[in-house]
Amino acid sequence: MLWELLYIFFKVGLVSFGGGYAVITLIQREVAGQGWLDSGAFQEIVSLAGMAPGSIATNTATLIGYSQAGVGGAIAATVGIILPSLIIVIGIAAFFLKLQSNKWVRSSFYGLRPIVTGLILYAAVHFGFSGTSGSWLTWTLAGSLLICAGCLLLISKYKVHPFAVILLSAVAGIVIF
Amino acid sequence: MKQNARGKMKLLWSIFCVFFKIGPSTFGGGYAMIATIEEEIVRKKRWMNEAEMGDMISVSGSAPGGVAVNSATFIGYRLGGVAGAVAAVIAITLPTFLIVFLLSGLRLLFKDNVKVEAALKGIHAAVVALIIVAAGKMWKASVLDAVTFALVAVSLALLLFTQIHPFYLIVGGLTAGVLVVQYNQKRGKSIVTEQVRTEESRDLQFPEYYI
Repeated sequence: MLWELLYIFFKVGLVSFGGGYAVITLIQREVAGQGWLDSGAFQEIVSLAGMAPGSIATNTATLIGYSQAGVGGAIAATVGIILPSLIIVIGIAAFFLKLQSNKWVRSSFYGLRPIVTGLILYAAVHFGFSGTSGSWLTWTLAGSLLICAGCLLLISKYKVHPFAVILLSAVAGIVIF
Repeated sequence: MKQNARGKMKLLWSIFCVFFKIGPSTFGGGYAMIATIEEEIVRKKRWMNEAEMGDMISVSGSAPGGVAVNSATFIGYRLGGVAGAVAAVIAITLPTFLIVFLLSGLRLLFKDNVKVEAALKGIHAAVVALIIVAAGKMWKASVLDAVTFALVAVSLALLLFTQIHPFYLIVGGLTAGVLVVQYNQKRGKSIVTEQVRTEESRDLQFPEYYI
């Protein structure tokens, strides 16, 4: 199990261009494929991961590893997702390619960036709607939309720090639900 | 020789301490953390200069993985080789690793508490908002013309309606980028592959992947 966790998160880490939310989609597909967690449990893990500092992707890996195989699993999954970046960045630093001025890198990133956008959009759709099965216009859904809209306003218009937004929405959740 | 080994240990320890301090401050996203790294590494420790910081940011933004871990790897490697890189990565990961554990432990403790359930629902909505903000920033940095718009649309549609593994999308995107640029060059057209960078748009160039 530990090797499996290490291997799967190593694969995820290898293609985790764009970090963070794009990787949530990658992890979600792997977890669904392995049948490790149901959708609700996965969402709860992502919520917890979002509350802690650090990468939401790495935190999600830690928690999934923990849910599957305890502390050892958490370590295996975390090492697995970080190891590829470690190796690749050392490689780049050692040979020191001026990456961003390289023509090939520039043109492949021209195609890669839209894909990362697609992955993040999918994460938003999946994460936003898959909890709302059954009836649509429920009190919970209305409350969630309200909080989500409020957060969007706070972040984009008033530049409130993400952590403050998360704390505020926790309070709002207690008031509304 | 013995003196050397001791000097190396001391260097590794100080690399560890600096990144251990930076780790918990990665709350505001990777690029918010760049400011903290600059303060510690360039100004206080004088381990690197501004130009090297620029190299570091471009490398850690392009390689797979989070900006924070990649920056730590790069700086650690420059200072203390592979051992330095490993020390820096462990140091920047460890605090958040422990905090994640603490949170999930607390979560178990309050498993059936109604208030905690409600708070988590609120946080869930906030995380959706954070993802939308990240998507918006990434959209601005990536959709430059019709081709890139089509790539976003196709990748989103494939993810929504098929069980395609994202790996193929990433490889496909990389290939498509190279092909489109080559094709346009053959026809004598040059295309803009990146948003024009100004100091104000640095925020767009480096979207906060890493919240």
